[in-house]
Amino acid sequence: MARITNQAVTKMSRTSLLHKSTKPYAKRSRLLRQWDLQLMVLPALLVLLVFSYGPMWGISLSFRDYSIYKGLGDAPWVGFKHFQMLFGAIEFPKVMFNTIALSLLKFALGFPVPILLALMLNEVHSRYFKKAVQTITYMPNFISWVVAAGFVFMLLSRDGLVNAVLVALNIFDGPVDFMLQPEYFWTILILTGIWKGAGFGAIIYLAAISNVDPSLYEAADIDGAGRFRKIFAITIPAIQGVIVILLILSIGNILNAGFDDIFLLTNNMRNYSLTDVANTIDIYVFREGIMNRRYSYGTAAGLFKGIANAILLTTANFTAGRLGRSTLW
Amino acid sequence: MIHYRKPIPERIFDVVNVLLLALFAFACLYPMYQSLILSLNDGKDAMRGGIYFLPRKWTLDNYKAILSNTRLLDSFVVTVARTVIGTALSILITSMMAFSLSKKDLFLGKFYTVLCIITMYFGGGLIPYYLLIRSLHLIDNFWVLVLPGLLSIWNMLVFKSFFSDIPESLEESARIDGANYITIFFRIIMPVSLPAYAALSLFSAVGLWNEWFSAMLFINKRQDLMPLQSILNSIINQTTAIEELQKKTNAAGAIQQLSNITTRSIIVTNMVFISAPIILLYPFLQKYFVKGVMLGSVKG
Repeated sequence: MARITNQAVTKMSRTSLLHKSTKPYAKRSRLLRQWDLQLMVLPALLVLLVFSYGPMWGISLSFRDYSIYKGLGDAPWVGFKHFQMLFGAIEFPKVMFNTIALSLLKFALGFPVPILLALMLNEVHSRYFKKAVQTITYMPNFISWVVAAGFVFMLLSRDGLVNAVLVALNIFDGPVDFMLQPEYFWTILILTGIWKGAGFGAIIYLAAISNVDPSLYEAADIDGAGRFRKIFAITIPAIQGVIVILLILSIGNILNAGFDDIFLLTNNMRNYSLTDVANTIDIYVFREGIMNRRYSYGTAAGLFKGIANAILLTTANFTAGRLGRSTLW
Repeated sequence: MIHYRKPIPERIFDVVNVLLLALFAFACLYPMYQSLILSLNDGKDAMRGGIYFLPRKWTLDNYKAILSNTRLLDSFVVTVARTVIGTALSILITSMMAFSLSKKDLFLGKFYTVLCIITMYFGGGLIPYYLLIRSLHLIDNFWVLVLPGLLSIWNMLVFKSFFSDIPESLEESARIDGANYITIFFRIIMPVSLPAYAALSLFSAVGLWNEWFSAMLFINKRQDLMPLQSILNSIINQTTAIEELQKKTNAAGAIQQLSNITTRSIIVTNMVFISAPIILLYPFLQKYFVKGVMLGSVKG
């Protein structure tokens, strides 16, 4: 009831816009009448302003020379100096290459796995087996990255299972120190990512599959369609929309090659044999800004990434949103 | 149903399909299993290698060792505290905001929503964030483990779409009785939204239990404020440093272990200890996790 009158009042104040004097009065009264709703926004709004918008003030650091001793007020403006240093840095091309190549590889190899998993699970006859596989494969998603890195170190150590199997199969002559050899690092990152996320990622596809009308499969049976025919003619079209949306959304994340996994699997960046292959933009910002305390330079590198990332995300989400309306709902 | 013998290619397909799925499930489970048996095996004996499926020399010494460590007890308390307080506060303020924003006539509502959405696309970056936390004197402060992550925009949007689907009529009689929205929220909206609260609280709790980055950045001197994940991270890296040293000086075994407990057995025992609460609770809570994902994906 009160809501209806509320809306009526709003409408009235809009229609009477010509009388300018009534507008601020209407606003204030609306704010006062909604004191309860406004109060409920307040705590969250404070957190948002402090911890999400607070850091945005610090962006000016990337155009200044900041040192902890002088403080923010005395930091002189230096224009684009830090950005010029960033783009001119010897390691910059390598950092960009690492970031984009690694995230593309993670995407190309990681994206299809949950889809395959969902399709395979859908073909299982035993409900118990299906349920068990689902329960087990979701689990790594809830294990922390610190523990996951511990698993990797354990499995890949000289006396770990991987070395034991590879030596037993005569693929290697003797145990290999996987974590000390840069050529294995990206493979390890990609496989760890799949291990951790594929099971859980399959949920959304399984849900889309479960929405398929069972009579479609029955009709296909009567028409004599085989297993693969049904997968390609019924199941895959059912999840096609979801696939397209997720595909587009992940393009927005091309600069996010991952931080937790890289940082923890390189022993907090102290495993120097991996530094060269592990140096992505996020890691670079952390190393320069936090470890080497080059605050202004780190801010500049972070801002560069932030802006590029925002452009990618906006484009991807906009595209997905437009497509989403036509293909999904 | 008519039962008939399936053609051979289909039967091969079924067998291969089940085998591959079983293999992937095994790969997901095995690391947890191996950590468990290593944590139950004598540390010195484990150094000989070859413990893959069953402990060779059973012992509980590793658990006695880590549980007698007072530092770990402090960490456990800190981790539980940040998980419980963080989840409760986060879910409360997030859902309150979502409820207000679900009212279409909220004054400034559009503005608040835009403020929230912007942060999903752009942030100040790591260094300004670090300097902000420092200037707020949150370094080596318990609240740095709670406050910064309190508002999850994603959860807020999920709550908002959930609340928008609650029929208006539920609130109407209370409005007529003169109840304000705060009363309505706690008395009517929260109770009917329990499934959403359960699912999102679980995600929030797991996230806080597993989060390690903020402590690594901001808990420097106060060892007693280190969450479990940070303790584990620091033990793992101390050990690796020792192993590197051994390799470099080519004096393997130069560091004599005084007891049967080795750093490696301490690490796996810690790994099991940290993950145990999640893994033990997980089978009972699984349906809520799945529900949480679905809540999120409906909104898109």
